[in-house]
Amino acid sequence: MSVAWEVVIGLEIHAQLATKSKIFSGSPTAYGADPNTQANLVDLGYPGVLPVLNKEVVRMATLFGLAVSATVARRSVFARKNYFYPDLPKGYQISQLELPIVEHGEMHIIGVDGMEKRIGITRAHLEEDAGKSIHEGLDASSGIDLNRAGTPLLEIVSEPDLRSAKDAVTYMKKIHTIVHYLGISDGNMQEGSFRCDANVSVRPMGQKELGTRAELKNLNSFRYIEKAINIEVERQIDLIEDGGTVVQETRLYDSDKDETRSMRSKEEANDYRYFPDPDLLPVEISNEYIEAIRATMPELPDAKQARFIDEYELKSDDAAILTASRMLADFYEGVVKATDATAQVAANWVIGDLGGALNRDGLGISDSKISSDELAGLVDRIHDDTISGKIAKQVFEAMWDGEGSADDVIESKGLKQITDSGAIELVVDKVIADNLGQVAEYKAGKDKLIGFFVGKVMQETKGQANPGQVNQMLRDKLK
Amino acid sequence: MDMHRQTLTELCAGLDKGDFTSVELTQTLLDRVAAQDEKLNAFITVTSTEALAAAASADKARAAGNIGALNGLPIVHKDIFCTEGIKTTCGSKMLDNFISPYNATVVQKMADAGAVILGKSNMDEFAMGSSNETSFFGPVRNPWNLECSPGGSSGGSAASVAARLAPAATGTDTGGSIRQPAALTGTVGLKPTYGRVSRYGMIAFASSLDQAGMITRSAEDAARMLGVMAGFDERDSTSIDQAVPDYLAGIGESIKGLRVGVVRQHSDEGLEERTGARAKDAIAVLESMGATTVEVDLPNIDLSVPTYYVVAPAECSSNLSRFDGVRFGHRAENAEDLLDLYCRSRGEGFGDEVKRRIMTGAYVLSAGYYDAYYIKAQQVRQLIADDFKKAFADVDLIAGPTAPSPAFKLGDKVDDPIQMYLNDIYTIGANLAGLPAMSVPCGFVDDMPVGLHLVGPHFGEEMLLRCGHQYQQETDWHIACPEAFK
Repeated sequence: MSVAWEVVIGLEIHAQLATKSKIFSGSPTAYGADPNTQANLVDLGYPGVLPVLNKEVVRMATLFGLAVSATVARRSVFARKNYFYPDLPKGYQISQLELPIVEHGEMHIIGVDGMEKRIGITRAHLEEDAGKSIHEGLDASSGIDLNRAGTPLLEIVSEPDLRSAKDAVTYMKKIHTIVHYLGISDGNMQEGSFRCDANVSVRPMGQKELGTRAELKNLNSFRYIEKAINIEVERQIDLIEDGGTVVQETRLYDSDKDETRSMRSKEEANDYRYFPDPDLLPVEISNEYIEAIRATMPELPDAKQARFIDEYELKSDDAAILTASRMLADFYEGVVKATDATAQVAANWVIGDLGGALNRDGLGISDSKISSDELAGLVDRIHDDTISGKIAKQVFEAMWDGEGSADDVIESKGLKQITDSGAIELVVDKVIADNLGQVAEYKAGKDKLIGFFVGKVMQETKGQANPGQVNQMLRDKLK
Repeated sequence: MDMHRQTLTELCAGLDKGDFTSVELTQTLLDRVAAQDEKLNAFITVTSTEALAAAASADKARAAGNIGALNGLPIVHKDIFCTEGIKTTCGSKMLDNFISPYNATVVQKMADAGAVILGKSNMDEFAMGSSNETSFFGPVRNPWNLECSPGGSSGGSAASVAARLAPAATGTDTGGSIRQPAALTGTVGLKPTYGRVSRYGMIAFASSLDQAGMITRSAEDAARMLGVMAGFDERDSTSIDQAVPDYLAGIGESIKGLRVGVVRQHSDEGLEERTGARAKDAIAVLESMGATTVEVDLPNIDLSVPTYYVVAPAECSSNLSRFDGVRFGHRAENAEDLLDLYCRSRGEGFGDEVKRRIMTGAYVLSAGYYDAYYIKAQQVRQLIADDFKKAFADVDLIAGPTAPSPAFKLGDKVDDPIQMYLNDIYTIGANLAGLPAMSVPCGFVDDMPVGLHLVGPHFGEEMLLRCGHQYQQETDWHIACPEAFK
């Protein structure tokens, strides 16, 4: 008989901070440059060189700390983590151990069960990234690219408060949204700017003590995180139910084989011989500094969503979609401000037609081919009856294809709605004269035929007549 | 007077007066190095071509009225300072092939002031040693007795200045590496306050203790050098942003009323009697000049050597990790795999003393031992620093012998690291507390020079230099020259 198992997950998220230069050197951090072109003597760990802290990372970490209601340490200390690896030029990584810059934060998520959950954030600390080894295309030898060495990272460590792979993904997505909102990380997962390690264990439901955990390394897509955790959970449960025990170890997720496998056990783990880095002074932060950073805090996703519901009277689903990214929210508010139509109509256009076009072309909101002002210009033409909603979709596509503003397209394609009752009356009279048989049927009580007449008029006017106006006029004349 | 016998200050005046040019002076000293250094082994690299070119441009600059503080003055850099385009070995096989692509801040500042580099001086490997015997390039010999060690680790710098091959040399001091060789060679050695001189480009041994300084023939020359070397450097986070005073301005003032502390706790055990007596004589001279002596307590000072031999190896074990055979320096041939590359490159590239300290350092930092050794040592270090702070409430500086004995014979202590380490018993405290300290020659024991050690409070360099200079107005120990190098 099988017991019910509880899954316990904690995440260590590595967010690359979006600074222009590295954490301890003046080298640029841009992604994709030729190997070793963005590594100076400090990054290469040359004899005699010294690290100098990039103050921008302190600002970013502070901002993050405040955003997750954490304590920002008045004094934090950089420490050396010592180990040998070819992509680690100094033979140690500068990180923070005992005194990290951020501690005791929290985040609220809506779990799979629909309940709100508090996820504790144990700490977030600053550290430098390593370079990378290159094995492809070099025959028997290996290459080392140190462009990434010294790139600033914020490692965000959660409490083991997550209870399912889905919740883990929800939490990580939320952190992803927040760092993006704060402008402290581009969160680009393909480029490795946002990745995580997951500590996973299981225990019989109701048991207090945690089970032995395995650490899954370097998960760099939301999909893989969920799959890797689920597979690891399955492995651990099967193992225990077969009478085995989980050993504490580091495991790697292989997305091709869809399995996790052991990298190294606890016994094989390095002794990193951490100690405070004597080349760097402790980071000391004043209350004034923290308050100055707090004053620059942007509106965060939860608050923005609540405001959208309240101020724009949006449906909560729409508000959630529109606040998923700060740029999308800004775009939407740009449309709202510029249009006379209602905020919900603006939301329908941003989510519906614009969202669809972006999706179809694989673009992000920042790549939108239509600006918020231009979209507002289109929505206004519906609002003031210049065009119908149906024609508007045609105008939107033309605008997307670069044919100019809504007014330009309406003008050049002659899509302006006909509201001149004299012009409409001529067509209405013609349609009545041409379809005397249907007129007789209508008059005999077949009311549904009104649609037929409206359709004919719209056909004759190529859709440009105001349908409401046509409908009314037909009803009057056919009485 | 022959150019080589003149102090930096005298040479500066000679150049100003036009008695000789920098090219003439540089050539003279290069000739002396070529003729004499075989006996001493003080140089690892002699940079004749670069020196003569620098001298020529210094002469040109002078003619154009553009005269830096060290314009045209030849000096020697300890081979721990990175010098662009010039081999920088740190006394190690590991860096025997290393041409630095950049200048250390100290090197750049001195070059900007017009100094001419004669070459790079020999040193204990990675500055780890007190006798210069750990150098991959062989030991340096003491100009006062070629059988003896000149001390270390800045032994090449001290020997070249004592033998009049150069008027001044840079050095570095982690536990006494400037002051002890200065004492053993009859020269002046100053280790400034931690953070006073940039460490950028100085190959790190123990980052929290390392400090650049100089070896000269007089306190006045040291003041001249320090004015150029000191100052904040944005590339060194531990350098201190404080204005650099004119160190020459106040050295002529009297030391009347100066309160000189004598440490009650300095045990006489291990102190060679006459060496101690020379220091007492020197303090008596200071008293005769108007200074007063006060006994001070440094209750934890006896713990400075064990404390140092936890902290310094810990830092060095990490600092030296970058020498892995991957990017620069010695690389083992035909490595089978990565581990083999690391093990053999480091095994072949480092000497015994360096290995000993890396192992000690890795041990004291390892899980389970960290609290008992590293943390405890840091706590004791704080106590020692506090003791000095208290002492400086009552005195202006603290005086005593620099080293416990005059120079010892080469080979005498090589096999006994503890005896070797105890050579730095009086000097290490200043490093642990980050204080400025200086050694000035104060007499001879069996024809070998010994030194007076002066320790000041943070940023007390002006007072140390004034005291040293005033002492040298009353005494002529610093004028004495080894017979073979006159």
